[in-house]
Amino acid sequence: MAKVLMKGNEAIALAAIKGGCDAFFGYPITPQNEVPEYLAKYMNEHGKVFVQAESEVAAINMVYGAAGAGARVLTSSSSPGIALKQEGITYLAGSQLPCVICSVMRGGPGLGSIQPSQGDYNQATRGGGNGDYHVIVFAPETIQETIDTMKESFDIADYYRNPVMILVDGLIGQMMESVDFDRPVKQRFLPPKDWAANGTKNHPGRRNVINSLYLEPKELEDHNLRLAKKYALVMQNETRYEMINMEDPDYVIVAYGTMSRVARSAIEILEQAKLKVGIIRPISLWPFPKQAFDQIGENCKGILVTEMSLGQMLQDVQISNRGRHPIAFYGRSGGVVPEPEEIVSAVQNFEKWRVE
Amino acid sequence: MNDTYNVKIAGFGGQGVMMVGQLLAYAATELDLYALWYPSYGPETRGGTANCSVIVSKKQINSPVFSKATHLIAFNQPSLTKFLNNVKNDGLILYNSSLINQPSPLENIQMVGVPANEIALELGNIQVANMVIMGAYIALTQIFSVEIIEKMLKKFLGEKKAHLFGINQQAIQKGIDFVHNKGDIHA
Repeated sequence: MAKVLMKGNEAIALAAIKGGCDAFFGYPITPQNEVPEYLAKYMNEHGKVFVQAESEVAAINMVYGAAGAGARVLTSSSSPGIALKQEGITYLAGSQLPCVICSVMRGGPGLGSIQPSQGDYNQATRGGGNGDYHVIVFAPETIQETIDTMKESFDIADYYRNPVMILVDGLIGQMMESVDFDRPVKQRFLPPKDWAANGTKNHPGRRNVINSLYLEPKELEDHNLRLAKKYALVMQNETRYEMINMEDPDYVIVAYGTMSRVARSAIEILEQAKLKVGIIRPISLWPFPKQAFDQIGENCKGILVTEMSLGQMLQDVQISNRGRHPIAFYGRSGGVVPEPEEIVSAVQNFEKWRVE
Repeated sequence: MNDTYNVKIAGFGGQGVMMVGQLLAYAATELDLYALWYPSYGPETRGGTANCSVIVSKKQINSPVFSKATHLIAFNQPSLTKFLNNVKNDGLILYNSSLINQPSPLENIQMVGVPANEIALELGNIQVANMVIMGAYIALTQIFSVEIIEKMLKKFLGEKKAHLFGINQQAIQKGIDFVHNKGDIHA
């Protein structure tokens, strides 16, 4: 297939269909509405399920039900909507149910705005659900990367029996780019879903139960330890990041999603000003690519973290840096997308923005 | 063409600002160039202010936002006022002179006014004013051929609106003619 021009949200929807999505459950919210709009039209055509639920809470619990029956399920929402889904997400993680959650971030807190933001880094990587659990979070920077990630995500969710979140800001959802849907993605060997609660035809006399309730402390601890073992495996296999221009840079910018693209433009301008600046681009936000920070050279004068928030990923960078290099932070919020010149100025005036 | 064009298109909601931007992005995609289109509008659409940014490039596009446009297309006075100072040296400002008074000249920036509303009304439908501007824009910049824009227009209108292709095509041609007949005024 040749390249087509497509809106980010619609590309997310089509990539989900191509990734083998069986069912979608969601509730409308800007700026992700084109995801359900597109799926409402095309899921039926593909013989799949589309349900607009009565609320976000209902939608995430429908995800739980369909995932429990072995289907590949998608839900999509934006910041306040994802907040409402948090209870369902911890139940999914606790019951080891695979699903894909698309989060298109808008300004917050509360109702906030409908403009792009990255204010839900903590919501995505820490979550608002209870207990020892993790969601695998990917933050692509282009619509092309969003498509490739979405196509792979159902496999990743099934492989680890865990929710996978694709986290983009409203800009990626709303903009259009020329994209290719036929780029190959990694294929995985997936065991049959013999745990699914979809009848006893294949195992007469043995019922499968999907549950996250363990009243015996030892039982629950064993369950927690099994989950921890799985998360360690995810950290080992699914940590993703990109190192850009990182051969002995003067400064390093850390940015993800749209901000890493703004940073790419900024380092081109900085190069003309004879400043060599590299970028560490986390692609998986959980697991966070701590190891990337061990590769920063001795001559680096500092790390600038930049986000469309007032500093959330910053904390993961501080943890990963372990006090080795000075850290500065430059962020905009409320729906403002910084221009490359602002990042250039922040690097040039590093001390002004220094936090550590 | 140049390596990269940053185009800002702005006006009232309902003037067809987004459509102009999308046609440019579709044309770029058709020619296997990199294209990015990004809308910005207030909560209300019709009557409110709307603008979109288009980046057309031979290279992979990095930042989706830019501070300086290569070309500014302004459909109404507030849009021109808002973005007037965000145009690059050697850039172009194309404005709808039906709704915008002639601005004072800026050094190193080409300014061209096209009475798009009047021309569209002559054709019998004010809604094609945006395609008059489109015609003037491709004639001034040579960014895309009229053939490719018309092909994208056909695709954009689809079967449902196919009956509107003719008048839109005429509007594009009127815009091109206007620029060519203007001769040295815009030089």
